[in-house]
Amino acid sequence: MNKLAAMITKRIVFGVLTLFAISLLIFVGVEALPGDLAEAILGQNATPETIQAFRTELKLDLPAHERYFAWINAFVHGDLGKSLANGRPIAEVIGWRFANSLLLAGATALFAIPLAIILGLLAAIYRDSWFDKCISMVTLSAISLPEFFVAYILIALLSVQIFLFPSISNINDQMSVFQKMHAIFLPCLTLAFVVVGHMMRMTRAAIINVLSSPFIEMAKLKGIGRKRIIVKHALPNALSPIINVVVLNLAYLVVGVVVVEVVFVYPGLGQLLVDAVSKRDLPVVQASGLIFAATYVFLNLTADVLSMLSNPKLRNPR
Amino acid sequence: MVALHDINKQKPLLDIKQLNIEGFDGEKWSSIVKNMDMKLMRGEVLGLIGESGAGKSTLGLAAMGYTQTGCRIASGSIHFDGLSLTDAPEQSVIELRGSRISYVAQSAAASFNPAHKLIDQFAEGPVQHGIMSYTEAVEKAIDLFRRLDLPDPENIGFRYPHQVSGGQLQRAMVAMAMATDPDIIIFDEPTTALDVTTQIEVLVAIKDVIKELNTAAIYITHDLAVVAQLADRIMVLRHGNLIEAGDARQMLDNPKEDYTRRLLAVRSLGEEKIRNEKDPNVILDINGVSAGYQKGVNIVQDINLRVKRRKTVAVVGESGSGKTTVARIVTGLLPARGGQISFSGERLSPDLASRDRECLRRLQMIYQMPDVALNPRQKIKTIIGRPLSFYFGMKGKEVTARVKELLGMVELPESYIDRYPAELSGGEKQRICIARALAANPDLIICDEVTSALDQLVAEGILNLLQRLQNELGISYLFITHDLATVKAIADEIVVMYKGRIVEQGLKSEILKPPHHDYTQLLLSSVPEMDPDWLDNLLEERAAA
Amino acid sequence: MFTLIQQAPLSAKIGMVIILLNLLTILLAPQMAPYGETELVGDVWAPMSSEHMLGTDQLGRDMLTRVVYGARNTISIALTIVFLSFVVGCSCGLLAATMGGWVDQTIGRLVDIIMAFPTLIFALMVLSVMGTSIPTLIGVIAILDSTRVFRVSRAVAMDIEVMDFVEVARLRGEGLWWIMRNEILPNALPPLIAEFGLRFCFVFLFISSLSFLGLGIQPPTADWGSMVRENAGAISFGIYSPMYPAAAIAILTIGVNLVVDWMLNRSSLLRT
Repeated sequence: MNKLAAMITKRIVFGVLTLFAISLLIFVGVEALPGDLAEAILGQNATPETIQAFRTELKLDLPAHERYFAWINAFVHGDLGKSLANGRPIAEVIGWRFANSLLLAGATALFAIPLAIILGLLAAIYRDSWFDKCISMVTLSAISLPEFFVAYILIALLSVQIFLFPSISNINDQMSVFQKMHAIFLPCLTLAFVVVGHMMRMTRAAIINVLSSPFIEMAKLKGIGRKRIIVKHALPNALSPIINVVVLNLAYLVVGVVVVEVVFVYPGLGQLLVDAVSKRDLPVVQASGLIFAATYVFLNLTADVLSMLSNPKLRNPR
Repeated sequence: MVALHDINKQKPLLDIKQLNIEGFDGEKWSSIVKNMDMKLMRGEVLGLIGESGAGKSTLGLAAMGYTQTGCRIASGSIHFDGLSLTDAPEQSVIELRGSRISYVAQSAAASFNPAHKLIDQFAEGPVQHGIMSYTEAVEKAIDLFRRLDLPDPENIGFRYPHQVSGGQLQRAMVAMAMATDPDIIIFDEPTTALDVTTQIEVLVAIKDVIKELNTAAIYITHDLAVVAQLADRIMVLRHGNLIEAGDARQMLDNPKEDYTRRLLAVRSLGEEKIRNEKDPNVILDINGVSAGYQKGVNIVQDINLRVKRRKTVAVVGESGSGKTTVARIVTGLLPARGGQISFSGERLSPDLASRDRECLRRLQMIYQMPDVALNPRQKIKTIIGRPLSFYFGMKGKEVTARVKELLGMVELPESYIDRYPAELSGGEKQRICIARALAANPDLIICDEVTSALDQLVAEGILNLLQRLQNELGISYLFITHDLATVKAIADEIVVMYKGRIVEQGLKSEILKPPHHDYTQLLLSSVPEMDPDWLDNLLEERAAA
Repeated sequence: MFTLIQQAPLSAKIGMVIILLNLLTILLAPQMAPYGETELVGDVWAPMSSEHMLGTDQLGRDMLTRVVYGARNTISIALTIVFLSFVVGCSCGLLAATMGGWVDQTIGRLVDIIMAFPTLIFALMVLSVMGTSIPTLIGVIAILDSTRVFRVSRAVAMDIEVMDFVEVARLRGEGLWWIMRNEILPNALPPLIAEFGLRFCFVFLFISSLSFLGLGIQPPTADWGSMVRENAGAISFGIYSPMYPAAAIAILTIGVNLVVDWMLNRSSLLRT
């Protein structure tokens, strides 16, 4: 047990270090802006006074390391600074937007993950059958298509040709759960299409890999039925790679929402980030970038820890 | 043992007639087993003997009505106790497997599911076939574990496969195969992956249990000496054809076919050794050397050995004895930690990077797996030619001429010069490796298990070649091996290693003659001999001691 | 080579034809396009006609012309990026595998950190700081992508590095460069070529996404991703002009993936 605990601790420490490195990178990245940040943002025709005011506002007159720790400290305490574009506290906007993004990703994951795993299993079991070939063609296309293409096809079919779902997914707190689901149906479907393709292909590969092990042949020679071989012998050993695939795709979902949110004008964190980037609203970019990165790092960490836990050799040491 | 006339009266338990099995190599179907007839009586042990590609494993699996993916039964019939395995509904064939016919695989480590405890895997077959309940299966397992001499039989089953050693795992797999008191057990090279001293334990266990329970068995192996201990009858296969079949003792005493005779022949060299005691030059002198990979942990301790000119020193030991580490120390891949090595009188620097080109040239190495020792993307010409241009600065025609000459020395045709390694057989690849080593005009060649991956007859050819080259060119060999038959054939001096230390060393005649060091004794006595009574006699001797 | 292509399954052949057609379009764009790249030739969002086979775009430029020029711009930028990322990634990967030790550790940890950062977010942040220009775009994506190439090429090289023939070369006294060039690279090539295809798909989709978000290649340069964005409004009127460039992206990626799939299958067949 000690070895496993040590490995997990090591992985978690690495995760924390990574987060630290990322926050530093985000901070330094903005630091490295050519010229002076204030001038760059306010433009050539800004008066010296406004530039000075802007500097004080952003604490640009402090030394870099102090600013970094002040920023991180404030961040941890929920103060994300103020938007340059409209002067509002970022925390106000971001919390709601992040929740919306998570709703979108979560709703997609809820039906995409089981679907992908079942399809992957079936394709592996009936390897090289027409079912497998069809599925693999479809998923190959799915991972080849840009998300916005899928999105527009769905809009054209389900929103323009027959009006079943709105092409603009506006949601607010007054809506019931059903209304929300209706509103986010198309973006969910778009995301699911891409993610299922990835997950299914990787699940299939993981199962096929396990199915070629000698212990599977041994089980066959023990006269064990096909279903039992899959469930009892293949699945426990494929669990670790499958968990890995699932969580990595969750991470992908969180990031993948960016494009889909823009297509459907969905009020999520991704859209906010894209807006902020084009307006060069740096505090917002920093804050939402860090939140995205933290979620991603956290999910990757979970994937690794879970796959360590599901490995029988690590769970039962000598 | 069942007497011969009894067998003839009975109906065969397993009856295979005119069986043809084909395999798909990605382009076309080709024959693996050809027109094979095979009978197995109740309680009889049949040995299937052959080199790689003989089709013996495929035939063994076919006895269960099973073919591996990519193989198919093209024609012929397989009857088990009156039931045709080729025509019966799949479900009824599946019902036989693991209940009336069971299987023991070569690698127990790979064939046990890492996710489940041994006892659950043991019980799975009997419970799934509805033969016994889980608790009954556990009792049966404990009983069998005890019979098979596994340590702590009450609890060992509750461990996971990776928590049990290789030899024990192999015995646990035999136990699993016996779970349902099957009519037939198929053993597919069950001891090949084990060290000789472990192999004996498993052999004894198998022999005792099948005798006691009067189970019929098919024992598949490439090692005649092993099968001689167990089998009542032997079938010799080659390239999917039956070469010879008959009573085990008769065949061992009086083989009819030339191929069988060659397999039976104790490994011997056609080449006579040139004795020259007048040339006492020591080529390699290792003095008090220790080394290891981790800080403070030595894999080998206090190694002292000498290799004389035109002599072969064999380093013998089982896996984990540190014999390969010795080779790595000499080559400089693993720098020695203390002690010193001299190479023809000059001090050899411990790490590879600080040795000069001349020193590297005079010390060459040949590996166990010729497949990975040759770059698959280079032609033979480049492979052998590179040392020529690297060490001697040869160019163009000069290189080609010398490569052809070297090919001749290793008894390969000159036309091989434009081939890629993939177009050669295993033995031919090993000859290319030898030619590459010779290209450097070395004084010493380190041979690391050079014949272990090869079939017996091919291996003999390689040993003969090495001996001839030693006679002609005066090269010395440091021969690393686990195979005592090879040692007996080629060595002048023997160094026995155990757990990182040299336990005994000296001239071959001295080492092979009693009195031995305890470990040498164990090692020497564990090598199976062709005599069918060898195992029984050995056990008596060991029990008496 | 020719027989190899002949033996390929139908799907791979379709993929090859798609790739070939796209390459031709890149070379012959000015000859193939009926109008100039930024020439205004008709009404806004005119329907398909004999003059405008795919209609016109949101400013009245010929859609077919834009798609043809888009191929040239988007694909050549994607190819430049993948090429750069392979030069950087492969040399680091092979170096890390052959040298091992601290070199391997340092590059490895650095790559771990960059890869712990979601690519799109990283790119967006850099672009927000540096501004969007084509050289920045190429630089950023090439560096991000080279981390993946590093991982793959290092893994492939490690597999080869442990082979005895590499040890033979070491024991012979060959230098690092010779070993990399003669022993490792030729054997690493087949899997790396397949990886090149995969990376191309990824980069190509990635730039298209960035352009679609308005942060990639900037107008008036014809580019498939930004063309989708510019024409997106049309879709609610039931006009499908944004679909053409989007479909062009999809077809090329599917084509490359089909060929890559075949190559990966082939190399895994060879191994067993």
